[in-house]
Amino acid sequence: MTLSFGKTAPVKSILIPLIAAAGLALVAPAAQAAGEAKKPRDIAFSFEGPFGTFDQGQLQRGYKVYREVCAACHSMNLLSFRNLAEDGGPFWDPHVSNPNENRFVRVLAAEFEIADIDSETGEPIRRPGTPADAFPDPYPNATAAAAGNGGAVPPDLSVMAKARKGGADYIYSLLSGYQPAPAGLRIAPGQHYNPYMPGDLTPFWEGDHDKVPYGGFIAMAQPLRDGQVTYDDDAPETIDQYSRDVAAFIAWASDPKATERKRTGIAVLAYLAIFAGLTYASYRQIWRNVKH
Amino acid sequence: MSEHQSTYVPRTAFERWMDTRLPIIRFGADYMSLPTPKNLNYWYTFGAILTICLMVQIITGVVLAMHYVPNTEMAFASVERIMRDVNGGWLIRYVHSNGASMFFIAVYIHMLRGLYYGSYKAPREMIWIVGCVIFFLLIATAFLGYVLPWGQMSFHGAVVITNLIGSIPVIGGSILTWLQGGPAIDNATLNRFFSLHYLLPFVIFGCVVLHVWALHTAGQNNPVGILIPKDRVAKDTVPFHPYYTVKDGFALILFLIMFAAFVFFMPNALGHADNSIPANPLVTPAHIVPEWYLLPFYAILRAVPDKFGGVVAMFGSIAVLFILPWLDTSRVRSMRYRPTMRVFFYIFVVNAFVLGLCGAMLPDAPVIGEFKTFMLIDGDLNSYLWLGRLATLYYFAFFLVILPMVGLRETPLPIPQSISEPVLGGPAAMPAGAPAQPETRG
Amino acid sequence: MTESVVNSDGQGGDATRRDFIHIAAGAAAAGAGVTIAWPLINQMNPAADTLALSVIDFDLSKVQEGQQVVTKWQGKPVFVRYRTPAEIEAARETPMSALKDPQADADRVKEGREQYLVLVGSCTHLGCVPTFGTGDYGGWFCPCHGSHYDTSGRIRKGPAPTNLVVPNYEYVSDTAVRIG
Repeated sequence: MTLSFGKTAPVKSILIPLIAAAGLALVAPAAQAAGEAKKPRDIAFSFEGPFGTFDQGQLQRGYKVYREVCAACHSMNLLSFRNLAEDGGPFWDPHVSNPNENRFVRVLAAEFEIADIDSETGEPIRRPGTPADAFPDPYPNATAAAAGNGGAVPPDLSVMAKARKGGADYIYSLLSGYQPAPAGLRIAPGQHYNPYMPGDLTPFWEGDHDKVPYGGFIAMAQPLRDGQVTYDDDAPETIDQYSRDVAAFIAWASDPKATERKRTGIAVLAYLAIFAGLTYASYRQIWRNVKH
Repeated sequence: MSEHQSTYVPRTAFERWMDTRLPIIRFGADYMSLPTPKNLNYWYTFGAILTICLMVQIITGVVLAMHYVPNTEMAFASVERIMRDVNGGWLIRYVHSNGASMFFIAVYIHMLRGLYYGSYKAPREMIWIVGCVIFFLLIATAFLGYVLPWGQMSFHGAVVITNLIGSIPVIGGSILTWLQGGPAIDNATLNRFFSLHYLLPFVIFGCVVLHVWALHTAGQNNPVGILIPKDRVAKDTVPFHPYYTVKDGFALILFLIMFAAFVFFMPNALGHADNSIPANPLVTPAHIVPEWYLLPFYAILRAVPDKFGGVVAMFGSIAVLFILPWLDTSRVRSMRYRPTMRVFFYIFVVNAFVLGLCGAMLPDAPVIGEFKTFMLIDGDLNSYLWLGRLATLYYFAFFLVILPMVGLRETPLPIPQSISEPVLGGPAAMPAGAPAQPETRG
Repeated sequence: MTESVVNSDGQGGDATRRDFIHIAAGAAAAGAGVTIAWPLINQMNPAADTLALSVIDFDLSKVQEGQQVVTKWQGKPVFVRYRTPAEIEAARETPMSALKDPQADADRVKEGREQYLVLVGSCTHLGCVPTFGTGDYGGWFCPCHGSHYDTSGRIRKGPAPTNLVVPNYEYVSDTAVRIG
């Protein structure tokens, strides 16, 4: 592939410094400005990178944290119980190919009472859940959710790892990063300080104007405390571990096909690389007699 | 090089039968045997790549339409259903969303190639103009498509752009109402956007047919920029098949490698996190931005302080492309032989990236470091607002001032007499410094 | 009239070593084509949420003796009929030669629970829903084109080619079946 760069010296001498300057301006390290959210802490999740996979144990712990702590306020209404039994999910059983027949998921679903209509009488009834049912909402509608949470609606968590810059790292940092507010910060009732929450605290800061703290206000108080959820394996029952596990679970819930996608990608890229080689050889063969 | 005479001879009885009733085999054979300049480089493969992009988008789009629901209550959830429950739905969706980005990468390279090699100049003005129509339809299609998942960016981006169109005097209000279908963006809007998003790609396809027809009529340009006279066709051209089918195929595979890298390993890198939040009319995202391929136009829009002025500038930046064949006064097509113009071209490319960056940043964010300088009109000089204005000025100046003036004043390099010459090192074409001769029509 | 053209597609019996690369590249292209075509077709197969609804549980205590209850499964009606002893006898005693689609009654019910008959209520002719208890054989009658089914749901008279379909089902307890 030939680039038609000029053969004349003036072009090179103008062009190269220009591109260098533009490049420098673009990649110059952006100093983190106070008044922004703190950059999320980057921890090594098992599912990061082109070869990453979800750790099933972590997903199970994360589901437990979600179910026992978060689900009191946060819905996850794009997920059904059967999704938990799919390949790569927390309760996937390789011996059971149909996720609807997975016994763990049947038991988990049956713990819930799902509103339904009786097929004979048409009356509203409540029946035990089945794997086909979606995760139940903690509130019947958004207004009730806001009323129960001081005016702020707890967002649905189904795609939260895709919906926030930083993904699982951000969720982990937010949950484990609650700090006491620095002196001089005016906090409205019902609001809490978190350095990882996006926002600009300048209007609320009474201290030195060059030292506006990072972060913003979040309506959710610190939801986790040590020992809150009992783990069935040996993992430590700390806020840090809970945050990691629930962040991993939410990352899985947001993108359950991630592992399948990456596996397919490796196969596709390998095939395309070979295909490119063959086609290039074919191209050279066809063109070998033509001076071009 | 004028229109290619058909050399196809039907060989079987079936071929003879078809030839007198519907000569599609003749059409296909002529297409494959078309004499094509033998010196085309890889920048010329993007036309074929674009055709494949269009096919990919149409096929994946039709498949997605089997599952997507264009209703505000269900749109977001139906997209997630595609991602989770539809067999292979995640793949089809990611191919479609990243395919739009790939489409624009290819179209920008294709347009820059046309700019560099003078492919818009006589006798190819109609190829260029139909191409501009395709580009405009592509932007419209992409904008409509981005609204469909009904995320926060979908919704609020639609609000911003439709309000801008509403600022057009006299007719703006009516157009805004017809777009919205009501007092605000709501279900009626989503339904009609879906319908138009499904329609426009087929209009694009029709324009592509016209685009290729015009190309085959006027003849393919080449990096040297000279027309190929009839007596040089044998030496300087090769049949399109297999020479360029395989070259285009190889370039396509490299393009697909880039495409696959995005789809399988960074499928959301070119998007925006806020679009994974279901649309909420009552909450505006902190920072509304369009998709990356529309950022330069967004920067031009924001560069003008007046709302309608910004709209004029934004549409004007596309409109100026339509009159490009008449803005360039140079007799020389290819910038290979136009050293002065080439510099301005490279600055234009860098400037396009700068415009894109300005579109992505908040207007009052400082460009260099953290310091403020002085206020000029409505913004600090050290701000992306003013950088965007500078870049917008260069964009329009390139077309309206630089192209006309440089064409008249510059001294081009000597142009070879034929395209075989630069390779075979034949006798010098012309003494250096002489003005370009008008080409003879082949 | 143009530069020498290499026979690129390598067809015909004259495949030399030179043409092998073109065949290989062409084969890779064909392979890519098939790999691309499969997901586009497979996405039309039922999605995971559709498949999840393909199993229902039914409580048999809702059905009275001699009656049937119609429930919905996979978008189609399902007849659950509690047969009287007379109806069961009539079904058992029919000779195979009288049946267009010979099948023993015992093969259409579960052992020990012959009184319950579970059928897909879709006529095997063109899909209308047969009416209960009418027709010449005490089973069902399809009003669309006049097919008669007996007390085992087998076709006896009329244009339908095969017996009413018995879906996959199993008893999850004495009084409940899981269909699907």
